[in-house]
Amino acid sequence: MNDLVFTVLRLGFLILLWLLVLSIVGALRRDLAIGSKARVGAPTAREIRKDPSLAPPPEVPAKQQAKTLAILEGPLTGLEHQLTASPILLGRAQEATIVLEDDYASGRHARLFPQGTRWFIEDLGSTNGTFLGEAQLTRAQPVELGQKIRIGKTVMELRP
Amino acid sequence: MSELETAPVPRRNMELLLLLLALAVAMGAYYLVGINSDDGLSQEFISQGLILVGLALVFHIVLRIWAKYADPVILPVTVALNGIGLAMIHRIDLAKTDDTAFRQIMWTGVAMVVAMIVLWTIRDHRVLRRFTYIALAASVLLLLLPLIKGLGVEINGARIWVRFFGLSFQPGELAKITLAIFFAGYLSSNRELILLAGRKVGPLQLPRSRDLGPMIVAWLVSIGVLVVQRDLGSSILFFGLFMVMIYVATARVSWIVIGTLMLVGGGTFAYLTMSHVTRRIDGWLNAFDPDIYHAIGGSRQIVEGLFGLANGGLMGTGLGNGSPYMVPLANSDMIVASLGEELGLIGISAIVLLYLILISRGMRAALGSRDTFGKLLATGFSFTLGLQCFVVIGGVTRLIPLTGLTTPFMAAGGSSLLSNWIIVALLLLISHNSRRPMVSGVSATAEVATKAPRRSPGLLAPRKGAQR
Repeated sequence: MNDLVFTVLRLGFLILLWLLVLSIVGALRRDLAIGSKARVGAPTAREIRKDPSLAPPPEVPAKQQAKTLAILEGPLTGLEHQLTASPILLGRAQEATIVLEDDYASGRHARLFPQGTRWFIEDLGSTNGTFLGEAQLTRAQPVELGQKIRIGKTVMELRP
Repeated sequence: MSELETAPVPRRNMELLLLLLALAVAMGAYYLVGINSDDGLSQEFISQGLILVGLALVFHIVLRIWAKYADPVILPVTVALNGIGLAMIHRIDLAKTDDTAFRQIMWTGVAMVVAMIVLWTIRDHRVLRRFTYIALAASVLLLLLPLIKGLGVEINGARIWVRFFGLSFQPGELAKITLAIFFAGYLSSNRELILLAGRKVGPLQLPRSRDLGPMIVAWLVSIGVLVVQRDLGSSILFFGLFMVMIYVATARVSWIVIGTLMLVGGGTFAYLTMSHVTRRIDGWLNAFDPDIYHAIGGSRQIVEGLFGLANGGLMGTGLGNGSPYMVPLANSDMIVASLGEELGLIGISAIVLLYLILISRGMRAALGSRDTFGKLLATGFSFTLGLQCFVVIGGVTRLIPLTGLTTPFMAAGGSSLLSNWIIVALLLLISHNSRRPMVSGVSATAEVATKAPRRSPGLLAPRKGAQR
C-alpha cells in the first residue's frame, strides 16, 4: 500500500470520527436551546407587546416573612415553634419536629417546608387528611400568614 | 429534584442519519485495519461488518416501533463505540492470530437482541419499581455465584467469573444493573423519610439507622463479596453508585462527606492489608522503578501502555500500523492505550467526547423524567458508565491506580457488553417516557410550567395555532 494513500486514509478516518462527534453535537443544539428557554421562562418585551396577558404581574410589596408556627387549638394549644430554614415534620411519631398528641393525627402526618420566601405544606399520606383553610390538601400548597392549618383537632397558623 | 421538559418530537430520522454516519466510522475503522494487514482485506470485513450494520438497523426499527420518542443520539454513539472497539479487537487478533473479534461480534449480537427484548417487554421503566427487593436478592445471588465451588473460576487473581458449557461469564456486571434498580426503588419510596427524620449533628443531619438498614446491608454485601473476590474495580464502582444515588435522592452534602471519609478509611485499610492493592498503588506511584517494572504483577502493563500512547503522538500511527499488541491485555483492559496509539490524541479525544455525550444524554433523560424512580435510575446508570470510563482511562493514563474495569462497549468481554447494552436500552426507555406527550394527569410542576410563555406546542395537548 502506497504511503501517501495510507496517510490520506489515516487522516480521513480522524476527520470522519470528528465529523460524527460534531454532527451529534449539532443535532443536540436544538434540544439544548429548548432547555434553556424552558428554564428562563420570562417573556421578552416583544412577546408582551404581541400578547399583553403575558406581562408579569405588577410587583407586590415585599411580604412579611413567617417566623413562628403558633398552635391555636388542640392538646398543644399555646405552643409557639420558631421557624428556621429547615423543613418541619408534623405527626404523632417521636421523630417528628412537633409531636402532636392528637388521636386523629397520623405518625408522619404532614410536612411544612420553606421554598424561596414562602412556606409550603404537604400531606404525607395521612389517614384523616390535612386541611388548609376549609379545603383538604391534595398536593403541596403555599401557606399564607394567618391561614389556618388543621390536622385532626389541632389548628395552627404561621405568624411573622 | 430538577426537571426539564422538551416538546414531544420523535426525531427518529435524525437518529437514522447519525446512525449511518456512526456505521461509516465503524466500517472505516474495519477497512483501515484490513488494508494495513499483511493478508489485505479479509472476508471477515464483509461478514462482521454486515452483521453490525444489520443489527444496528434492526435496533433502529425497534425504536421506531416501541420507543418513538427516545433520545436520538444514544444509539448512534453506542454503535460507533462498539464498532471502533470491534475493529481494534480484530486488529489485535490479526497480530496475535486469535479469534476474539468473532466472539465479540457474537456477544454484540446477543447483547443487542437482549436489549431489544428489554425494550419490547418492559415498555415503561416504572414496572421495574415493583421488583425493588427482588433486585436486591438477585444482586446478592449474582455476586455470590462465582464463589460456588465448581461453577466459579479464578482468572488473573480475581474470582469473579462463572463458567458453564465452556462459556465464561462475569455475573457482577449484571449486578450493577440490579443494584441500581434496588437503590432507585428503595430511595424513591423512602426519600422523604431519610430527609426528614433523624438527629442533627452540627451542620450535618444524620438519618436514622433503621431507614438506612437495607442500604447499608446492600452496600456491605457488595463490598464484602468483592473484597473476598479481590476485584478492586467493581467495589469502587458499587461504592460510587451507592454514594451518588443517595446524594441525588437527598441533596445532602453530608453524604459526600461521610462517603469520602469511608473511602479514605477503606482505601488506607486495603493498602496496608491487601497485597494486590499494595501492588497496584506502588505500580501507580513508582511505575518507572525497574524493580517494580519487572516484578510479577508490577507496572509493566501501565508503562508499556504509556509508551504506546507516546508512540501515537498527536495524529496516531494509523489503524493497523502501530504495535499495540505488545501491551498485555491490549484488547480488553488496555484497549484505550491501543486506540490512543493508533488514533493519536486527536482520535482518542473524539472517543472520550463520544462517552461524554452518551453520559450527558443519560443525565438529560434523568432530568426530563417525570418520576423520582426514573430520575434516580437514569442517574445511576449514566453515572455507572461515567465512573467506568474515568477509572479505566484514568488508570491507563496513570492519573489513578489501574484497576480491572472494562471500557464500556469497547473492551473484549461478553458480560460487560451485555450489561452495558441493557443499560442503554433502559436509558432509551426512560428518555422515551420523559419525552413522550403526556396523556393525562397534570404533575405538580406542570402548573408552574404553564405560567411561562409557550413557544412550542404544549405538553398537555398538541393543539395547532391555538396558543396565541
